[in-house]
Amino acid sequence: MSIFWSLWIIVLTLTCLALVFWVLMANRKVAVRDDEDPENRTTGHVYDGIEEYDNPLPRWWFNLFLITMVFGLIYLVLFPGLGAWKGVLGWTSVGKLERDQERALESYEQSYGVFSSMSVEELIDNPKAMKMGARLFANNCSVCHGADAGGNYGFPDLTDNDWLYGGTPEKIRETLLHGRAGNMPPWGPVLGEKKISLITDYVLQLSGQEHDADAAAEGASLFAQNCATCHGADGKGMQTVGAPNLTDDIWLYEGSREGIMQSLRNGRANEMPAQKDLLREDKIHVLTAYVYSLSQE
Amino acid sequence: MKNHDIVEKNVGLLVLLTVFAISFGALVEIVPQFYLKETTEPVEGLKPLSAVELEGRDIYIREGCHVCHTQMVRPLRAEVERYGHYSVAGESVYEHPFLWGSKRTGPDLARVGGRYSDTWHKAHLYDPRNVVPKSNMPAFPWLFDATLDGKHTAKKMEALRSVGVPYTDDDIAGAAEAVQGVTEIDALVAYLQQLGTLLTHKR
Repeated sequence: MSIFWSLWIIVLTLTCLALVFWVLMANRKVAVRDDEDPENRTTGHVYDGIEEYDNPLPRWWFNLFLITMVFGLIYLVLFPGLGAWKGVLGWTSVGKLERDQERALESYEQSYGVFSSMSVEELIDNPKAMKMGARLFANNCSVCHGADAGGNYGFPDLTDNDWLYGGTPEKIRETLLHGRAGNMPPWGPVLGEKKISLITDYVLQLSGQEHDADAAAEGASLFAQNCATCHGADGKGMQTVGAPNLTDDIWLYEGSREGIMQSLRNGRANEMPAQKDLLREDKIHVLTAYVYSLSQE
Repeated sequence: MKNHDIVEKNVGLLVLLTVFAISFGALVEIVPQFYLKETTEPVEGLKPLSAVELEGRDIYIREGCHVCHTQMVRPLRAEVERYGHYSVAGESVYEHPFLWGSKRTGPDLARVGGRYSDTWHKAHLYDPRNVVPKSNMPAFPWLFDATLDGKHTAKKMEALRSVGVPYTDDDIAGAAEAVQGVTEIDALVAYLQQLGTLLTHKR
């Protein structure tokens, strides 16, 4: 803060206090001294023949006002308030925050810290770690994956054993830290509606649903040309690119004919946001264990 | 008492002195902020909103998002733990008007950028109950049908430039084209996804 603005604030603040004090004192009404009539309690203020009695501020109110002003002055000495003056106590809101955070970190070392040195397999048998993991999950993950981790349309179920990118502790940790970007390109403009319909029949066949056998046979070769690169020749998916298994009845999006055609036509883009800049390492470790535990029962 | 008479019988003087008396607060608390570098200098990396994000911000205002959502993380441990780094003035120097808000019905959004995927935002805005079963936030399905025409985008940017937002001539010239045909939902999500991404803090 420049000297000018510092002085500006100091001078105006103190002037304001002084003026308030002056107004308080200047408006205290005092009865005029009347030697002839000592009982006279008027202030000498007359208007249209009406005289004003001395009704001073109640003493408690007046004293409270003075105490408030003294409090203000002491405050301005102790705390930052007068321009660049930092106050005798050196208090700042950020300083307060940092002290609070340090204290919290110390307590985290007692709680999360203990778990950091334990393996994920050990943690899933630790009820306290799992309870903390559940809280972390509720705070950070449940908006997408659901409070029961059962997933949602477009957001994977974490309680089954079907994984897009792998369900080992290492893979879960990788997903949490760096996020995932699943991307199926739109095939509508490339293949056209006719071929999409044929492939759909083949995908319906793969997943054991009702389908047109002739169309599926035609769709199979189209699938091999266009889809197998990611979903695998057998349609069982590929965890390195996050391509889902198409042969089970678990669907991230709709598994009906219309749903599959829509996925093919417009593609699907899905993103798991990276948490490495958002959550501390020790929290991610506990969270990894919690997510891992969900599919272990 | 004589002096009191003068003030009481002179409305003009009374007004003048009243204004004088109540101006101290503003002069001390507000005016210096116009000139302090903490409040006038942008934080490192701060860029004016792109044309699409700017339109998204106007949709945010139009739909009244700021009525229920603040954009101000206070320097309190519980808030920093929940939302991330506390807000600093340097993040808001290009905000006209700012959207800090003062009342939360929903959560603070100052650091919402990058926390959820675009898909999540869309599912959520189409109907919040899609992803948060007990949410009481209204649904905004019409954002998915309406597209922007970009007719006023350049003018908005010019207006912002006149109050100090450093848009270049190229930004303004390309504004209409950048915005044209973009759906309102895409613009809003683009705006949300950049919120507060300059300062990070591990919670």
